[in-house]
Amino acid sequence: MYSEKVMDHFENPRNVGEIPNASGTGTVGNAKCGDIMKMDIQVEDDVITDVKFKTFGCCAAIATSSMATEMVKGKRIDEALQLTNKAVAEALDGLPPVKMHCSLLAEQAIHAAVEDYQKKHPKE
Amino acid sequence: MTDHIIYMDNAATTATRPEVLEKMLPYFTEHYGNPSSIHSVGRDARRAIENARRQVAEALGAQPREIYFTAGGSESDNWAIRCASKALAKKGKHIITSQIEHHAVLHTCDYMEKQGYEVTYLPVDSEGRVSVEDVKKAIRPDTVLISIMAANNEIGTLQPIREIGQVAHEAGVLFHTDAVQAVGAVPIDVNEWNVDMLSLSGHKFHGPKGIGALYIRKGVKISNLIFGGAQERGLRAGTENLPGIVGLGEAIELAVKELPEYTRRMTQLRDKLIDGILSSVPDVRLNGHRTQRLPGNVNVSVRYVEGEALLMRLDLAGVEASSGSACTSGSLDPSHVLLAIGLPHEIAHGSLRLSLGTENTEADVDYVLEKLPGIVEDLRAMSALSPESSFQP
Repeated sequence: MYSEKVMDHFENPRNVGEIPNASGTGTVGNAKCGDIMKMDIQVEDDVITDVKFKTFGCCAAIATSSMATEMVKGKRIDEALQLTNKAVAEALDGLPPVKMHCSLLAEQAIHAAVEDYQKKHPKE
Repeated sequence: MTDHIIYMDNAATTATRPEVLEKMLPYFTEHYGNPSSIHSVGRDARRAIENARRQVAEALGAQPREIYFTAGGSESDNWAIRCASKALAKKGKHIITSQIEHHAVLHTCDYMEKQGYEVTYLPVDSEGRVSVEDVKKAIRPDTVLISIMAANNEIGTLQPIREIGQVAHEAGVLFHTDAVQAVGAVPIDVNEWNVDMLSLSGHKFHGPKGIGALYIRKGVKISNLIFGGAQERGLRAGTENLPGIVGLGEAIELAVKELPEYTRRMTQLRDKLIDGILSSVPDVRLNGHRTQRLPGNVNVSVRYVEGEALLMRLDLAGVEASSGSACTSGSLDPSHVLLAIGLPHEIAHGSLRLSLGTENTEADVDYVLEKLPGIVEDLRAMSALSPESSFQP
């Protein structure tokens, strides 16, 4: 059902945790549906220097969170905003169709964290 | 992955017992006759079927002629509800069932509603019990059928079947019970239970898959399920699943014979597992009734973690279980049973069912109790939900 990459990220998730006084935080999903993702980003000179996640959700939700953090770490925030759920799913060698919404949550969580940062740090 | 697999999903299905398989095998290659044939090969097959019918009847305290073979529990449920209601359509079009039935019953009731029937879905209490008083109050002059499961497949709660049957019979209403989880797990007597129809499935008690039966009390009017030949007293046509029927008969006879020992062993393992989980994992609740439950059923809700993730971690540790989370059901909603006992969605998503079977040992239970707390702790460490989280539902 799940690819080896999904299982790897589920068993050994990268970047789990929280960043104290993060530059930006995004929380998406809701407990009613069984998925909540929270992403913290640290931004310096418009570059995401650190990212951490916490996810309540299924195997795919945890794996997509983990993969999404790897994909945006070290990237500029405008690049992070280009992250798509399709790219996250592809990086995991695909997801079962019923789990594609998990990758969408990962995309939304990253975007929400960046938007939170942008709101807190408006451009001149 | 571990090399040793601990299978604790016996409510989903069980392994066919070797002695059952051994009885079945000759009916594929040696005694392969069509039971409807007149010649000796056919007569051998007929004898085997009638022997199995007797075995099933004895296990239920029924008469052999009241046992009809089907392809399994879902078919039996469909047949009982659709065809018994239809046969009584002149009397009325009202059916009573519960909110925690198996989908084979609930989806059949949906269909009946589309056919112009009215269905009352009785609620259950926080432990999953249907109230006998509620059943009594729900009966109307046009009620034709009551269908209440004997034991719930998810939370294991046993229903007061005998009392519900009594209420049904006092009102002159047919009573069907889905006993798919109960057969081989609790003692059954259709007369003591006051049931008119009872569904069972072979693979839940170490028989083969694809075979089940419907007990239909003598005198109950029910219309044909499948049109064709004269098999099953003309009500369910089609050449019989001979090896399956032989296997079902053998499996149910063994299960009933071993029931006292099964009950003793499973109850002991179950209680050790329940007590162990409740004392070693914080923020866990037991779902279902503490004592009025199937001997092999353990169902807990683990807060702040999602059920599928829990299952996958257990699987990696070699433990096979199941969950009522949405992610394992293929829908967005968690189990209708867990919602019916009043659990909020987020707690229902974190449910875990461990259903024990005869092959489980005390060492298996110890292993689960050793692994589970660490797995839960690990998943909670990465969860966005916690007792302190700001978006507490």
